[in-house]
Amino acid sequence: MFVWTVLLIVLMAAIAYWAGRTRAAGLVTAGGPRLHSLPSYHGLFTAAGAMIGGLALAIAGALAFGGQSVATPVAAVVGAGIGAAPLYAKSSLDFRARNNFERIVLVLLICCSGVAILTTIGIVFSVLFETLVFFRSVSPIEFLFGTHWSPTGTPPSFGLIPLLAGTLLITVIAILVAGPLGLLSAIYMAEYASPHLRSVLKPILEILAGIPTVVLGFFAALTVAPLIRGSGEAMGFSVASESALAAGLVMGMMIVPLISSLSDDIINAVPQSLRDGSYAMGATKSETIKKVVLPAALPGIVSAFMLAISRAVGETMIVVMAAGLAANLTANPLAAVTTITVQIATLLVGDQEFDSPKTLSAFALGFVLFFFTLVLNYIALRIVQKYREQYD
Amino acid sequence: MTEVRNELVRKRYAAERRFRFYGAAALGLTALFLAFLLVDIVSKGLPAFRETSVEVDVTVDAAEVDPANLAGGNYDKMIKEAFRAEFPDVKGRTERKALSALLSSGGADTLRSMVIADPALIGKTVTVPVLLGDDADLFLKGLLTRVKTTAGAMPLHIAQLDGEEGFVLTGDKAGEEAERQLGLAAGDVIRFKGGALRVTGPQNGYLKAEPIFAPDPAITTLAAGQWDVLAFSVPESNRRISDAQVLWLDQLKSEGRIETSFAWRLFEAGDSREPELAGIRGALIGSLLTVLVAISLALPLGIAAAIYLEEFAPKNRWTDLIEVNINNLAAVPSIIFGLLGLAVFLNFFGMPRSAPLVGGLVLALLVLPTIIIASRAALKAVPPSITEAALGVGASKQQAVFQHVLPLALPGIMTGTILGLARAFGETAPLLMIGMVAFIADIPSGFTSAATVLPVQVFLWSDLPEMAFQSRTAAAIIVLLVVLFALNAVAIYLRKRFERRW
Repeated sequence: MFVWTVLLIVLMAAIAYWAGRTRAAGLVTAGGPRLHSLPSYHGLFTAAGAMIGGLALAIAGALAFGGQSVATPVAAVVGAGIGAAPLYAKSSLDFRARNNFERIVLVLLICCSGVAILTTIGIVFSVLFETLVFFRSVSPIEFLFGTHWSPTGTPPSFGLIPLLAGTLLITVIAILVAGPLGLLSAIYMAEYASPHLRSVLKPILEILAGIPTVVLGFFAALTVAPLIRGSGEAMGFSVASESALAAGLVMGMMIVPLISSLSDDIINAVPQSLRDGSYAMGATKSETIKKVVLPAALPGIVSAFMLAISRAVGETMIVVMAAGLAANLTANPLAAVTTITVQIATLLVGDQEFDSPKTLSAFALGFVLFFFTLVLNYIALRIVQKYREQYD
Repeated sequence: MTEVRNELVRKRYAAERRFRFYGAAALGLTALFLAFLLVDIVSKGLPAFRETSVEVDVTVDAAEVDPANLAGGNYDKMIKEAFRAEFPDVKGRTERKALSALLSSGGADTLRSMVIADPALIGKTVTVPVLLGDDADLFLKGLLTRVKTTAGAMPLHIAQLDGEEGFVLTGDKAGEEAERQLGLAAGDVIRFKGGALRVTGPQNGYLKAEPIFAPDPAITTLAAGQWDVLAFSVPESNRRISDAQVLWLDQLKSEGRIETSFAWRLFEAGDSREPELAGIRGALIGSLLTVLVAISLALPLGIAAAIYLEEFAPKNRWTDLIEVNINNLAAVPSIIFGLLGLAVFLNFFGMPRSAPLVGGLVLALLVLPTIIIASRAALKAVPPSITEAALGVGASKQQAVFQHVLPLALPGIMTGTILGLARAFGETAPLLMIGMVAFIADIPSGFTSAATVLPVQVFLWSDLPEMAFQSRTAAAIIVLLVVLFALNAVAIYLRKRFERRW
């Protein structure tokens, strides 16, 4: 029925367009006054009426009789007729069909850009609502400051601290890998590489950025983790098979393109005059970069790192596949830790009961995650914006 | 004085070279990682693109096939019986079971379709390629154990032990330790016409062996060249294929009846519990449906929002809010979108779980900010003179935008959209939340039927213990990456072909 309804509305709109256009074109007499708007605008205006009326009655019909009922397409046809008729009648020589139609289009455009706001509101409310329900059974103090996490234990305990610690540990490892690699690559690409070399190097980073995280997770779990375990045990360390190091390393490599492309842009935005001034004082290229370019680009680089941290904190697949499930409170990178995203994913995959704290705790974790990344992103984006204005 | 200065300059130049080297090294390491990743996945995944089957002469038993219901015949039984008949020596129950275990449970499908296509085959004997099971398949691809076969270079004496199960192996030279003399180690298999023995180890200067296929008691001496030694790199207890199975497969192989062919099944079958039967068709179709929903929603919405924000929006609080919002949404972790889909689409609106429709809705919201940002950049790149010229000859603002600016910005918008599409295609985490992780063997038939997508299939398979699934996972990843690279190539081509510098 859905397809039929849509098809019928489109058909009615096409008929309305043709009718409106023909009528307007018929109004013109040879040598007489001209139309205010082109005939096609009269057609479009009538068609818009048919669309709006058809959609409105179709939705009403679907709500009243159910989506599968024959009433829905019938209502759509009736609504389209009702919507189009008065607009069709309106058409006259000096009717401003274009202006009216353009007003409808503008409203439509505004509605479309409002979807982004709706999404944010949807996220905030869906997460917040379930979190509040969760806090009815578990106190926020216990959730935020508890040091024990086992949602399936008896009695279950919901302490956030081990998850935060695990997330932090993996993020730190990732940034320790991605920070130097990404920044140094960006410097090399922006300051040293010839245009030809750049055109070779840039795709490498773009390919790496385009690899889905599930692929990186597979690689981390099946290749990197055994490798680290093997070499670690050869050196006499005890390494968990799902060590934080493996997940962190691969996550770091995932973030390299992000840091590198953001820093690249920022370094390129530093005015050439600053470099020229430094060269004129006899500084070498690396001295110019270290003492002039980087300090000038520092705010932007800081914000690049913040976006990278937010990305690492929110990354799911690599840690789901390569990090552990046990919530250990440890700073040992060779031990298994778990993260917020891993817990959300494992709690919500499979059967969900929306009355148990176990399922609801995933939403509370989601809230923490959303809040954390939102703050990081907001600050980072503000810094970038400020910085951009400074040199523009 | 000059010496000190030269020394300083030398140091500074050395620092310069060092710094430059660090940058190159960072890029080199990144490239190395990427190469390692791709080589690792391709080498793991390539074997899964080939499948092995064995040719078996099967008599289509008229008693087992009802001509009115050709598909319902017990082809499995026919094939198993025919296969067992090839090895008349295999008698014991466990041995017969091990023999049948070489064949895949889906091996009968070929015969079934052959008989359905040509019912005249009933009662006749046909040669059918029967798919091998995953372990046999992996062994033949050399992934379970390496086997080194050497011909026996000297005579070998076999004596049955009295009173106990087992045999004693001795060489020709008396006094020398048998183990060294014969070059045999524990775990090696001795194969000869009429039997096979497994070496268990030395005992009192002799070599003890146990029977795999009990030899004819009449055999006591094997001349050089009458026997072979099979040495395995993985001991029998650590591999999923027994010595006996290896010998059977070796025999079939030497008879030239093992065939390998391209595994079309990988692209034609849905998911399965049996690795050799599992394919990615269901996941591919699911991905296609999901991405189709996502893009048909996100593209018009994204372009419309971008046009409004870039061309019509007044500079005020409301538009500022929308802008900040979009930039933030672009950086929200994808798993949060999964929570949104779960709470709003599934719980609140009661949409079906695991459906491409819901997956597409979630992915549409996920890629919407990307598309808006890319489209805005493309619109911004069109010089204002175009708009001004249109306005100057009497066009309305909307006419100028829709008839002049938008067509010029379209290649840029398309590039951004394709990149968003690629992101949606590779996204996994939010789809886990809305139930697209179930085991679904059927090919999805519509936007509301249960489905999974390719990245989620990768996730599901990577979790399975069977070794053959590891290879399938890597193969699925190769397909995923090929699709993504193709999408990116199209985006780059569009950019190169239509990009205009004003």
